[in-house]
Amino acid sequence: MHESAAGAGGGATGPAIETHELRKQFGRIVAVDSLSMTVPRGEVFGFLGPNGAGKTTSVKMLLGLSAPTSGSGNVLGAPLGDVHARRRIGYLPELFRYQGWMTGREVLALHCELARLAKSDWGREIDDALSLVGLADRADDRTQTFSKGMQQRLGLGVALLGGPDLVILDEPTSALDPVGRQDVRHILSGLRERGTTVFLNSHLLTEVERVCDRVAVVDRGRVVAQGSIAELTAERGVRLRVTGPAEATAAIDGRFGRVRADGAWLAVDGIADADVPALVAAIVARGGEIHAVVPTRESLEERFMSLLGVAPDDAGSIGGVGGAGPVGGAE
Amino acid sequence: MSGARPILIVARLTLREAFRRRVLWALVGLTILIVALTWWAFSRIAEVTPVTGPVEMLGVSQILVMLAFMFSFVLAMTAVFAGSPAIGPDIENGLLLAVLARPIRRVDVLLGRWLGLAVVLVAYALVAGYLELAAADLASGYLPSDPLLAPPYLAAESLVLLTLAIVFSTRITSVAGGAIAVVGYGLVWMAGVAGGIGEAFNSDVLRGAGVVSRLILPSNVLWQGAAAALTPSEDVLNNSHLGSPALYRFSPFSGVAPSAFWLAWCVVWIVGMLALGAWLLRRREV
Repeated sequence: MHESAAGAGGGATGPAIETHELRKQFGRIVAVDSLSMTVPRGEVFGFLGPNGAGKTTSVKMLLGLSAPTSGSGNVLGAPLGDVHARRRIGYLPELFRYQGWMTGREVLALHCELARLAKSDWGREIDDALSLVGLADRADDRTQTFSKGMQQRLGLGVALLGGPDLVILDEPTSALDPVGRQDVRHILSGLRERGTTVFLNSHLLTEVERVCDRVAVVDRGRVVAQGSIAELTAERGVRLRVTGPAEATAAIDGRFGRVRADGAWLAVDGIADADVPALVAAIVARGGEIHAVVPTRESLEERFMSLLGVAPDDAGSIGGVGGAGPVGGAE
Repeated sequence: MSGARPILIVARLTLREAFRRRVLWALVGLTILIVALTWWAFSRIAEVTPVTGPVEMLGVSQILVMLAFMFSFVLAMTAVFAGSPAIGPDIENGLLLAVLARPIRRVDVLLGRWLGLAVVLVAYALVAGYLELAAADLASGYLPSDPLLAPPYLAAESLVLLTLAIVFSTRITSVAGGAIAVVGYGLVWMAGVAGGIGEAFNSDVLRGAGVVSRLILPSNVLWQGAAAALTPSEDVLNNSHLGSPALYRFSPFSGVAPSAFWLAWCVVWIVGMLALGAWLLRRREV
C-alpha cells in the first residue's frame, strides 16, 4: 500500500500532513502507536522525541518508505505513499548517503531528474542549491571526498531542489558544526517566508525552540503533546530585580506565588499576570526598590523533560533564564 | 507518469557507475586477454595438426567448448558479483532512502538496476564471445555448427544468474546471496551433466534430475545451447568413430540445443523471478 498512485489531487488546501491513529509494529515491538497529528501548511513543525521514540519510523511512513501496520494519513492531500505526491516533497534522511562516485553537482542533477524537474531548470536549481548550502566551491568534487557535514549539506540541497511544497528533514543538523546549524536555521526561516511547510524531526530542543512554529512531542511511539511553543511552555511567573530592606520581599512569600532567590534576582513562580501590579505595589510599599520585572516561561527542554517524566539536571532553577526571553519566537 | 522513464534513469545511473568504477575497462582488458590466448592456443594446435578431419574437428571443438565454459564461468561470476550487491547494500547504507522518496516505485529501481547490469553483461558476452570465435576460426580454420548462436546463449545464461543474484539482493546480504547463486549455478551444471548421462544411458532418474534442475534454475539450458552451437555438425560426430551422437552426450562439455519450450521457460523464469524480486523489495523495510 505504500506505493499507491492515487493521484495527488486536491492537494492545494487542507493541512500539509494529517495522520489518524498511525501504528507501526515490527514483530512484537511497537515503534509507533496511535500517531495522530496535523501539520498546517506553511509552518515549520517540530517533531520531537528522545532516541527510539519512533520519529524516523513516522517520517518513513509519511513518505511511503514504510507501510503502516494500521491507521491512515494524507500528505499534501494525497494518501500516504502516493508516488505522485512525492514530486512536491523534499526529504533529507537521517541516514544521508549519496553516490560516492558522483560529484555533488551530479548528485543534484540525478535528483532533478528523479524529481521530474524540467531539464531547462536544472542548471539554475543546482546552482541555487549549491549556493544555499555553501557547497559551490566543492560542486565538482566527488562526494566520497566530502566530510559528513558536507554530505549533510548536500542532502539538504537535494531536499530543496525544485522548491517543494513540503520539506521533511530528519535530524538535519546532526553532522553540522555551530556555523552549519546557524545556516540551517537561516534556510528554514527562508522556507517559512516562502510558505513552504517544513517537518523538522529532531531531538535538539534548543534548535526546535528557535525555529519551529508548532511542535509535537512523541515518546515511545505516541504523541504526548502538540501545539505551538507558547501553548506547550506555560508561563511560569516573573523575575524581579529588587533592592531594599529584606522585609520588603519576605512579606510577599506565599501571597502571590512561591518566592525564591535566583542569584541577584527574585523569582516568583506561579503568579497570575493580573497579580503582577499588586506584587510590585506590595514590595514598593515595604520600602523595596524595583529595577526590573521580567516574565519567565518554562523552556521547551523543561517541558519536554516533564512530559517524558525525567527531571532535568537544573530543575528548580530558572536559570535557563533562556526561559526569560521570547522563547516562543524564532530568531 | 510514464512507467518506463524512472527505470531508464536507474539503468543509466547503473551504466554510468560501471563506467566510472572502471568495471567496463576491466572487462575489456579481460576480453583482450582471453581472445589473445584463444588465438595463440588454436594457432599452436593448427601447427601440430591441420583441423580438417572429423576427429580433429571434434577435438578442437572440445577445446573451444572448454574455453567457452571458462568464459561462461567468468560471465556467471560477473553476473553474480554485479547482481548480489545491486539492491541490499544501497538500502543498508541509506543510499536508496533519498531515491525512493522521489516519484519512483521500488519496482522501477529493481528493473532499472537489472536493465543497466544486463546491458553491460550482454554487451560483454557478445563482443568477447564473437571475438573469441573469430580468433579460433582465424587461427585454426575451425568454425562450429552455429557460431552466431553461442554468444547469445552465453549472454542469456548470464542474465539468468544476474536475475537470481538481484532477487537475492532484495532480501539477503550480498555475500549470502552471491554464495547461494554460485552454488546453485554449479549444482545445476552438475545436474545437467547427470541429465546428459541419463540421456546416453536411458536413465529416467538422471534424466529427471536434469529436468528438475533446469526448471529451478535454467542457466544450464542456455549453457547446453552454447555448447551445442560450438560443436561440429552431427555428420562430423557420426564420422568421428565415437559412436552415436547420443553417447557424445556423456561428455561434460557436450551440449544440446534447447527446445522452444525451454527457451520460453527461460523467459518465463526471468520475468517470474523479477516479479518475485519486486514483491520482496516492496515488502522490505528501508
